[in-house]
Amino acid sequence: MTDYKNMELLRFTTAGSVDDGKSTLIGRLLYDSKSIFEDQYEAVRQSTERRGEEGVNLALLTDGLKAEREQGITIDVAYRYFATPKRKFIIADTPGHIQYTRNMVTGASTANVALILIDARHGVVEQTRRHAFIASLLQIPHLVVCVNKMDLVDYKEEAFERIKADFEEFSYKLDVNDVHFIPISALMGDNVVDKSANMPWYGGSTLLYYLENVHIGSDYNFIDCRFPVQYVIRPNTDEYHDYRGYAGRVAGGVFKKGDKVMLLPSGFTSKIAKIDTFDGEVEEAYPPMSVTMLLEDDLDLSRGDMIVRENNTPEIDQDVEVMVCWFNERPLQVRGKYAILHTTQDVRCIIKEVRYKLDINSLHRNEEDKQIGMNDIARVVIRTTKPLFHDSYRKNRVTGSVIFVDESTNETVGAGMII
Amino acid sequence: MSYNLNHLKELEAESIFIIREVAAQFERPVLMFSGGKDSILMVHLARKAFYPANIPFPLLHIDTGHNFPETIAYRDELVASVGARLIVGSVQEAIDQGKAVEEKGFNASRNYLQTNVLLEELEKGKFDAALGGARRDEEKARAKERFFSHRDEFGQWDPKNQRPELWNLFNGKKVFGEHFRVFPISNWTELDVWMYLAMEKVPLPSLYFAHKRPVFEREGTLLADCEYITKRPEEQAAVEEKMVRCRTIGDMTCTGVWESEAATIEDIIKEVSIARKTERGGRTDDKRSETAMEDRKKQGYF
Repeated sequence: MTDYKNMELLRFTTAGSVDDGKSTLIGRLLYDSKSIFEDQYEAVRQSTERRGEEGVNLALLTDGLKAEREQGITIDVAYRYFATPKRKFIIADTPGHIQYTRNMVTGASTANVALILIDARHGVVEQTRRHAFIASLLQIPHLVVCVNKMDLVDYKEEAFERIKADFEEFSYKLDVNDVHFIPISALMGDNVVDKSANMPWYGGSTLLYYLENVHIGSDYNFIDCRFPVQYVIRPNTDEYHDYRGYAGRVAGGVFKKGDKVMLLPSGFTSKIAKIDTFDGEVEEAYPPMSVTMLLEDDLDLSRGDMIVRENNTPEIDQDVEVMVCWFNERPLQVRGKYAILHTTQDVRCIIKEVRYKLDINSLHRNEEDKQIGMNDIARVVIRTTKPLFHDSYRKNRVTGSVIFVDESTNETVGAGMII
Repeated sequence: MSYNLNHLKELEAESIFIIREVAAQFERPVLMFSGGKDSILMVHLARKAFYPANIPFPLLHIDTGHNFPETIAYRDELVASVGARLIVGSVQEAIDQGKAVEEKGFNASRNYLQTNVLLEELEKGKFDAALGGARRDEEKARAKERFFSHRDEFGQWDPKNQRPELWNLFNGKKVFGEHFRVFPISNWTELDVWMYLAMEKVPLPSLYFAHKRPVFEREGTLLADCEYITKRPEEQAAVEEKMVRCRTIGDMTCTGVWESEAATIEDIIKEVSIARKTERGGRTDDKRSETAMEDRKKQGYF
C-alpha cells in the first residue's frame, strides 16, 4: 500500500489547442494512472456517441461546462487531479489560443512545471513561442517540451532533434533555466507512462517519470525571510488571556524560534518567542507552511504588516514597476486608479505610465501603442497609497506578485509581476 | 537540510490559509456543515486555523428531515466538542409553512428544496461568505470552480463571470447584498481526504464503515431502505440485508450505499485507491441529466 505520508505535491500547467493533442495527453495520464473512473468513462463514451462521433473522445472529460461542451472549446482553467505512489499532481489545464492568454497566466501562476506541446509534424509555431514566453514571464521553474504525434513522423530522431534545435534557438532569449525535451505519442502512449519501443534512440525518461522525479524542493525561496501577517489570533479566554498570535503563511526563508526579527512598517525589532500550530509548537517555519508567530515583545502588528529579518529586508516603496497582464474587456486606464492586492495588503494605486506593450509572439517592445486591452502584456509604472513590502517576482513569486481590482465592479482586471 | 512538506501537509497549509483569509476579508462568514467527511474535514481545518481561539464563525446545517439518524447524532457531538455555534435550517419547516413543495414519485428527493432553505438562512443571518467542503475532483462542473466563488444578490453562480485567481491572492470584494461561497478544500481528492483523516486520526460517523443494513437496488445503485423513499413493489420484494457503507453522506433518498467490508479508515483508503467508480456515482441527484450539477449550482446549490 502507498506510503501516503511521503508523497509530494506537484502542480503543472498544460497549454495547447485542441489539435496538438493536449486533451489526449491529459486523458492518457489520467487513464494510465487509473484516475478515470468507470462512470466518468461511461458518461464520456455516451456523450461521444450522442454527438455522432466514433470511439471515446477523452477531451470531453476535461471540458467541464455546458457552453464548452456545446462549442467544443475550453474557455477557462480546469483543474485535474491524479496521483502515483510518489506524487499527487494538480493539472491546471488551459486553452492555448491567444485570446486566452489570461487563462494561461492564471494557470501558470502556481505551477512548478509547464508542459508545452508541439505537434511533431508542424514544429515550433507561434503558439509554442507564446507558451514558452508565458512560462518564463510567470517564472515557472521547470519546462517540459513534449514533441507529440511522433507516430505521425515515423518516430524519426531527426524530426525530434530539429524541433529541439528550433526551440532552443528562440528560448535562449527567455528567462528559463530548466528545459527538458521528450518525444511522445499521447495517442499511442509512447514515452508518456511507458518507455517507447518505437524510439530506441531516445535515452531520456518518460514524461511521467520526469513528473515524478523532477526536483521541486528548491522551487520556493528559502533564503529571504518574509512573513506577511494575515490574521491576529486573540483567544480572549482565561487559559490564553495574554495570547497574541500572528497567523500567516511563510512567503520566504526559514524562521526559527529565538530569531531576531524586524517588523514592517514600524521598523521595531523583537524576537520570535514561539512558532505555534494546533499540533503543537514547531522549531522552524518555512514556505508554504501556515503557522502562528508569537513575539517576545508586546508590539502592535496587524494584517498587511510583515515580519522579516533585520539584515534582509524587502524593498519598501510606493513607486513600483510591474509587468502586467490585462484580464478585462475594459482597457487599462492610464492615470486610472485601482485597488491592488499584494501579499495580505489591500491598497490603492494609480497607473502613472505605460512603458511599453509587449508583442508576446515576437517579444517586440512597442513603445508607441499604449492601448492595453484584454490579454495584452505591458510594463507599467504604478504609485501606491501605502508602501509595498515587496521583492522582485524573479526572487520571490509570493512577495513579487499583485492583482489589480477595478473599484467600480470589484472584478480582478489584471495580474502584475514586480520587476 | 531539506524543507519539504508532504502533500497532505501542503494541502492543509493551503486550506488553512484560505480559511483565515475568509475570517480576515469578510464580516459574517458561516461554515456549511452537512455531516459528511468533507465538512468534518472543514471543521477540523477551521479549528487548526484559529487555534487556540475558537472557530470565529457558526456552522450552518440544512436539515432535509431525511438525514440518516447517525448524521444528526455525530453533528451534535462534534458541535459540543469544538464549542461552535450551530444554526439549523429546516426543509421540513419550509414545507410545513408552504414555502416549499415536496416532490412526488419514486425519485422524489428534498435535494432541490435545500437550495432555497440555504439561501434563506444565508439572508437571515446576513452571512457574506459561506464556506463549503466542495472539491474540484467531485464533478465536472466543479473542476472550474474558484476558491472564492462570487454569487450575485440572488445567490446565483455565473460560470462565465468568475474572477481569475492567481498565486495566493484572493479577491473577496463585493457590493452590499452579494456574497461569496468559499471552497478551501478545492484541491483535495477523495483519496487525499481519507488519507488526511487517517493521518490526523479524526473520529468519523459510523456510516462510513461497513455495517449491516436493509437495502434495495435502483438503476444500478444500492439505496438504504427507509420510510422516505417510495419503493416500487418489485423493489420492496428485493429488499435484503447487506454489509454496506456510505462513500458520501447526504439525504437518505439520494445517497447510494456500497457493498463493503471496510471496517477501518485504512481499509477505506485501500478500497478508494482501487475503486472504479466516483463517489458521486452513487448520487442519484447527479444523474438527472448530464449537467445536473451545473444547473443546480447556477441556482445557488451548494
